[in-house]
Amino acid sequence: MAEEFFIQGNEACAKGAIAAGCRFFAGYPITPSTEVAETLARELPKVGGSFVQMEDEIASAGAIIGASWGGAKSMTATSGPGISLMQENIGYAFMSETPIVIVDVQRGSPSTAQPTMAAQGDMMQARWGSHGDYEPIALSPSSVQEFFDFTIKAFNLAEEYRVPVFVMADEVIGHMREKIIVEDSIEIVPRKRPEKTDDYLPFENIENGTTPMPAFGDGFNIHVTGLTHDERGYPDTNTPETHDKLVQRICDKVLNNKDKICSVKSENCEDADIILVSYGAPVRSVVEAVNKTDKKVGYIKIDTPWPFPDEQIEKLTANAKDIIVVEMNLGQMYYEVDRVCKRNSNVHLMGVIGGLLPTPDEILEEIDRVGGN
Amino acid sequence: MRTEIRICGFGGQGVILAGIILGKSACLFDGKEAVQTQSYGPEARGGASKCEVVISDSEVDYPKVQNPDILVAMSNEALIKYIVDLKDNGTLIVDPGTTYVDDVKDYIEEHNIEVYEAPATKTATDEIGLKIVANIVMVGAITKITKVISKEAAIKAIEASVPKGTEEKNIAAFEAGYALAE
Repeated sequence: MAEEFFIQGNEACAKGAIAAGCRFFAGYPITPSTEVAETLARELPKVGGSFVQMEDEIASAGAIIGASWGGAKSMTATSGPGISLMQENIGYAFMSETPIVIVDVQRGSPSTAQPTMAAQGDMMQARWGSHGDYEPIALSPSSVQEFFDFTIKAFNLAEEYRVPVFVMADEVIGHMREKIIVEDSIEIVPRKRPEKTDDYLPFENIENGTTPMPAFGDGFNIHVTGLTHDERGYPDTNTPETHDKLVQRICDKVLNNKDKICSVKSENCEDADIILVSYGAPVRSVVEAVNKTDKKVGYIKIDTPWPFPDEQIEKLTANAKDIIVVEMNLGQMYYEVDRVCKRNSNVHLMGVIGGLLPTPDEILEEIDRVGGN
Repeated sequence: MRTEIRICGFGGQGVILAGIILGKSACLFDGKEAVQTQSYGPEARGGASKCEVVISDSEVDYPKVQNPDILVAMSNEALIKYIVDLKDNGTLIVDPGTTYVDDVKDYIEEHNIEVYEAPATKTATDEIGLKIVANIVMVGAITKITKVISKEAAIKAIEASVPKGTEEKNIAAFEAGYALAE
């Protein structure tokens, strides 16, 4: 029997993590993400998992990378100031192809700004926050149910592609309470462990560009490093071809599977004059505004900001005169939408900062301002 | 139909739990949809606390309350701050022990507000012997006055929400609040 709960987004995230098989959490409490840590501190030991409160976010990211190599599905949760500190180790996780899940419940920013208020200021940090070339996967939930579902999906994608996956929530979704339904059977991607053979290469290009990952202690003699490495994992920092092959593969394993990873939802886009594009909490206001207006307005909800679903968005907006990107920052995903849509449509930004979710009326005003019939 | 409820007071009075109980009652036990949101200051106690619940027969998109149909004020500061959002012909429920309705009497008259006084803090102290259950007394009064949730659902939600071992006191508090509005 499916179970129903009336819980906070952050609690749903923790529940999703446990359902997905997460057995290690390391983190440093920070509003508005703290309930994720609080819930896992209580619940992880009950399922044989471990919770560690670390000295800071740098150590938190390091600990979950270590735990992942120890064989556990692992996660941390934080907000903007913590994500900033984690970036060094996040880059290491991309380079060492370590599956981890990073939950960011976004708050007013930059710096420590507005701890108890909502924002979506870290979207580009999820994309480009660490140095160098890599392709992150990020999911943005718009409901408590989606915070549960997307946390599970994040663990599955992390295992499928051996990458860090971000769940980019916001204070509204993190703290709001709604009903969630937890189904009996949940699809889980278990970690693929390698066969012990003489020619096993931990960083070989097989199966979607990834290769099964052993745990420390399994008896494989492998080397894990952030330096440019060959298929054995041994550093080879001066050969251009080695670097090119490695980093290209790390990017391609995500890019070549975009059709499987990217997800958007849409309504009324075929004959719309104006299409609203949003993700996370603002979707809730957008849907209400679209239901209220008598103009030809459709909407696109981005489930996966990264990799950016450019093909889907280009197709859906082909007939739209104007596109309005509604987001809680002064323009981040707007630039991606503009890149994809500017040849066919006028792309407008409705960027809202200050901590409050844009209201449906404010969005209706923006629709009027832009025009449409 | 969409009903917007705002409960506000000091941090520590339990206004957020009161809202959770309303939301839980509606969507787990009354078969409706509900969303509960909140805002609070950085302090653990004493700061302003505001809890909002939207209850609807259909899916709730925009989750916040803009113009409540029902305003429940448990502090005078909150009463004065939030009365201006209350809809015309809306319902105002106050705890007379912690608020002065006279402070907002112009708004009440101009907007034809229906006012109920539920002495939740006094009832909690005198009848239950525990000031901290004033929020649950208030849930009882809200249930009786507004009928936005059913009594049966409220009792189930209280049992599911309060710390183990305190169910009896809390149900007694709910019943006392329910009786206040009779």
